[in-house]
Amino acid sequence: MIAGKTTVDDALFVETAEGPALLGSRCTDCAAHTFPRQGGCPRCTGSAMEDVPLSRTGTLWSWTVQGFRPKPPYTGTENYEPYGVGYVELPGQLIVETRLVETDPAKLEIGMAVELVLAPFRDDEFGWPVHTFAFVAVTA
Amino acid sequence: MSGVAIVGIGMHRFGRTEGVSGRAQAVHAAREALRDCGLRFSDMQFGFGGSHSAGDADTLVSELGLTGLPFINVANGCATGGSALIAADAAIRSGQHDVGIVIGFDKHPRGAFNTDPAEHGIGAWYGETGLMVTTQFFGLKIQRYLHEHGIAPGVLATIAEKAFRNGARNPMAWRRKEIDAAEIAAAPMISHPLTQYMYCSPAEGAVALVLCRADKAREYTEHPVFLQGAAFRSRRYGSFEVFSPWTAAERADSPTAEAAAAAFAAAGIAPSEVDVAQIQDTESGAELMHMAETGLCAHGEQEELIASGATAIEGRLPVNTDGGCLANGEPIGASGLRQVHENVLQLRGGAGEHQVPGDPRVGFTHVYGAPGISACTVLTR
Ligand SMILES: [Zn+2]
Repeated sequence: MIAGKTTVDDALFVETAEGPALLGSRCTDCAAHTFPRQGGCPRCTGSAMEDVPLSRTGTLWSWTVQGFRPKPPYTGTENYEPYGVGYVELPGQLIVETRLVETDPAKLEIGMAVELVLAPFRDDEFGWPVHTFAFVAVTA
Repeated sequence: MSGVAIVGIGMHRFGRTEGVSGRAQAVHAAREALRDCGLRFSDMQFGFGGSHSAGDADTLVSELGLTGLPFINVANGCATGGSALIAADAAIRSGQHDVGIVIGFDKHPRGAFNTDPAEHGIGAWYGETGLMVTTQFFGLKIQRYLHEHGIAPGVLATIAEKAFRNGARNPMAWRRKEIDAAEIAAAPMISHPLTQYMYCSPAEGAVALVLCRADKAREYTEHPVFLQGAAFRSRRYGSFEVFSPWTAAERADSPTAEAAAAAFAAAGIAPSEVDVAQIQDTESGAELMHMAETGLCAHGEQEELIASGATAIEGRLPVNTDGGCLANGEPIGASGLRQVHENVLQLRGGAGEHQVPGDPRVGFTHVYGAPGISACTVLTR
């Protein structure tokens, strides 16, 4: 459970004072970031990585809308489809791939400000929602 | 060091061939390639080959002949054919062998490829939440590219229209019906901004090539084609590749840019000298991006080239003259060698109805795929 919600993989997250954040790694030698956590640095080939919470806000770097139901290993349920997908630039860290809450192409624009939420993507066998990370437009 | 020549080419028609296994298609292609240069399988000193989902290439010897040759399986995703060719190039160029064969083949089920994230070192969550979808990545990649270079999305339909037009002129292609750009643009949206007809489909097919030392080439054929440069590269930190839960904010050249530059450098030939090019068009956007990444034109220049017909068979820079992946489908293990097969046909002047006019002299091929790899070749007659 993260922030009181069932997630697809709790190891992706860390609780912070501002709310749940993605948990990444940062190279203590060259400052490169990764998501999820990993032991080796893809930038300098070192292996001195430390855990770091990733920014909960960023800007939309690219986007699309998933137009058909993927085959397995996808486990999402129909009540949460279609879904948007994007890459979000987290300032000073990295560009993370993510689901987007918005699915209307007319409302998605590269450069728009977005923030992290936990969004349901499937219902479990008892009908309870399972969450993953998603980004949504920052409301002023 | 010896140069390397392609003296025999063979292909099993791409598309869907019910009741014929991928292995049987590979055997057909191998026999065609051997017949093309008047050699027998017993003349082959080595073999490299592979498929993604149709079996191990080295088991083909049970049908082709148990001659004791070293036959090495190559399993390198979309670069399987390209990697086999590069291995053969090294085997001959180094002087280790004089003549050998490369074989790429495949037979995939219908529908989008589904991949296990664990095979790519990614957690199960990535597949479960619906992010491990190749079609989706290509939508994301071209969306960003169009934005960065100020290109209007209409060009994506024009690219697919050309692919089907070329496919209609190629008797070996799978999709041989022309589709106009308006119909392509209006087709169901798969992953914005790419519609159904802008994507290739998993398919079947096989290609084999017989290669030998350049100085022996004329013993086997009147029209050898020389492999002047071949290079393979994987991704750098900062390139934006399929199956990436994240990418770096600092940008780097793609593996395509590096493989193409290395192949041109090895050949001592400039991109501007290319007369015919086969480049990875998994979807229309891939052809657009790869035209510039390979150095065939500048970023942003594609829109005008495509709109003006420069990339058509009769144009200044003919691209994907056999209809590419869009019209031939994508049998992963065979696609890279299909491109080489097509360029050999073009440089021999034997491409028939889809022949590039004006006796093309320099051909270029480019494959790209997961998880961020590219293989390129430069060929001359
Ligand atoms: Zn580092």
